Amino acid sequence: MKIRVEHLSKRFGSFVAVDDVSFEVADGSLVALLGPSGSGKSTLLRILAGLESADSGQVWFDDESATDLHTRMRGVGFVFQHYALFRHLTVERNIGFGLDVRGVDKASVRRKVKELLALTGLSGLEDRYPSQLSGGQRQRVALARALAPEPKLLLLDEPFGAVDAKVREELRQWLRRLHDEVGVTSIFVTHDQEEAFAVSDRVLVVHRGRIEQNGTPMEILDNPATEFVARFVGEVNVLPASLRGDTAHSGALQAKVSGEVPAGLAHLVIRSYDLKLWREDPGVATVQRVVTFGDRVRVQALVDGAGPIVAQFPRRSSLLKNIVPGSRVQIEVTTARAYPAETSSLHPMAAAQ
Amino acid sequence: MLESVQQTQTADVTPTTLAAVSAFAEPTHLRWAHLQPAGRALLVATVGLYVSAILLGPLAALGVELAHVGLGATLQALAKPNAIAALKMSLVLTAISVVVNTVVGTLGALAIVRQRFWGRALVNALADLPLAVSPVMIGLAFILLVGRDGWLAPVLDRIGLKVMFSFTGLVIATLFVALPYTLREVVYVLEELGTSEEEAAATLGASPWQVFWRVTLPNIRFGLGYGVLMALARSLGEFGAVLVLGGSISGQTQTATTFIHDALEERETAGAYGMAVVLALTSVVLLLGLEWAKRQKKVGRP
Repeated sequence: MKIRVEHLSKRFGSFVAVDDVSFEVADGSLVALLGPSGSGKSTLLRILAGLESADSGQVWFDDESATDLHTRMRGVGFVFQHYALFRHLTVERNIGFGLDVRGVDKASVRRKVKELLALTGLSGLEDRYPSQLSGGQRQRVALARALAPEPKLLLLDEPFGAVDAKVREELRQWLRRLHDEVGVTSIFVTHDQEEAFAVSDRVLVVHRGRIEQNGTPMEILDNPATEFVARFVGEVNVLPASLRGDTAHSGALQAKVSGEVPAGLAHLVIRSYDLKLWREDPGVATVQRVVTFGDRVRVQALVDGAGPIVAQFPRRSSLLKNIVPGSRVQIEVTTARAYPAETSSLHPMAAAQ
Repeated sequence: MLESVQQTQTADVTPTTLAAVSAFAEPTHLRWAHLQPAGRALLVATVGLYVSAILLGPLAALGVELAHVGLGATLQALAKPNAIAALKMSLVLTAISVVVNTVVGTLGALAIVRQRFWGRALVNALADLPLAVSPVMIGLAFILLVGRDGWLAPVLDRIGLKVMFSFTGLVIATLFVALPYTLREVVYVLEELGTSEEEAAATLGASPWQVFWRVTLPNIRFGLGYGVLMALARSLGEFGAVLVLGGSISGQTQTATTFIHDALEERETAGAYGMAVVLALTSVVLLLGLEWAKRQKKVGRP
């Protein structure tokens, strides 16, 4: 089912949770709403499910208005952050609930439940109660329960937030496979960019109740539309800069930038892995710290007249030769973007200079 | 002892069942570890003595006195029509109270917890009023309201409803004093339950009616049961309000408790002790029921 959202707004008291949001979700796609906590992404999801009513705006399911439709009439499957399994019912009764309340006959319910147990790898657990399951199992029961009535839209609120890191990775891949198998249009909420990029077809970056960018994972990584998006996805350096033509000057550092920003004061945004740095005297910066973690090395340096920056390298990189705290280094920026300076405050690290 | 049992269990169970088992194990974090054994013994002994002296002592004395008077005499006193009428009256009042409190307690708690309306906080606070004020005072307040010269007397006279010294008065008194117990308990379990299971049921296509019967009620049933039993105990034991509003007219508005009072005044000790023992035995059954409901409330929480 295709979803269209037009000018949706919702406030709680004086707090604006959703601020004039519009977007579309193509039939059969898997979309992530990515944003920090409190950005309004969960509220947006709850409005789509009818669990929250918008103050203004429209929701369309396949060109039919769903704005005023009651939750139970929407045909939406919802997976809650903490599962919200019925604790007084067995796994089997949990999964069958959506069919039971519709008056589907018992034999059909049993058949459908069996099918879903197999699909979600839960066969053999049908008589357990939710309290007797592990986090990952509860998560899958919640998914099976949401899928049982064959929803036209599946909504997942931080679906992997409450399980540990290893199980999360497994569940993530499993969700993608499941989505490809079932093919139901799905929207999930996450604050974890890695999760959003690993699983979804498109990512909507949400910030302060607005959609900052709507694009494929690659588009968002390569072409962050706003400074917020650039900062939110991956480790970045933000330096105050003055822009002339396509070159930004920040202290002793120069960088060619993409993005259409008028000349003048700007924020220069550089990913930590879009920097090259080598030993050279006099150079433009002094190395402060060199930290190794796993197969990566992080180098912190203080750029003359600009501020501290962080660069990441593979551990075996030849560039790292002789680089120790106190070394003078030259810096080359391979890719950088500039954003208007007035949009938001500087990174505390960059502002420290 | 407990630890060794758990250890043998851990050997051959999966982590999943272990989690389920540990949910039933005694929560060790609730115990005071910093107290010395002597301090603990003192604490336990003090509490034990106090509880025995204040609760069990009178009950034991009652039993001894009853043996003194003799079982035959007691049963005879209890078989008298006014004793049977008083007991019957108490049972009828309690039954009405239980039914009304179950319904009002549940609906009232749902309104207070799940709805947002003007004056909600006030309703929530007022529901505790009967706990805070003396039943005798409540009785007096009702006399001012519905007594012969009360504010509502003209209205009541016109519709021909007699409240003072009547069955109606007894019902009002009983309902009033028992109101908070069920309501409080259900408010508490509803707040604990949260709304996410009810929301999940709604997204799965359940109507509000189905959500209530299939999700809300099963989750609050033991809390509700506990609250109803408390209301039952309170209704059965009420004395002050039913005395003032009902007047304890033998054979008409006398309840089990006012019967004991009157019997003592008239030095009919056999009847008084007998009725007291009947109420005490009921209390024991109620206590067992409360304990059971309290345990059930805890089971099944993830």
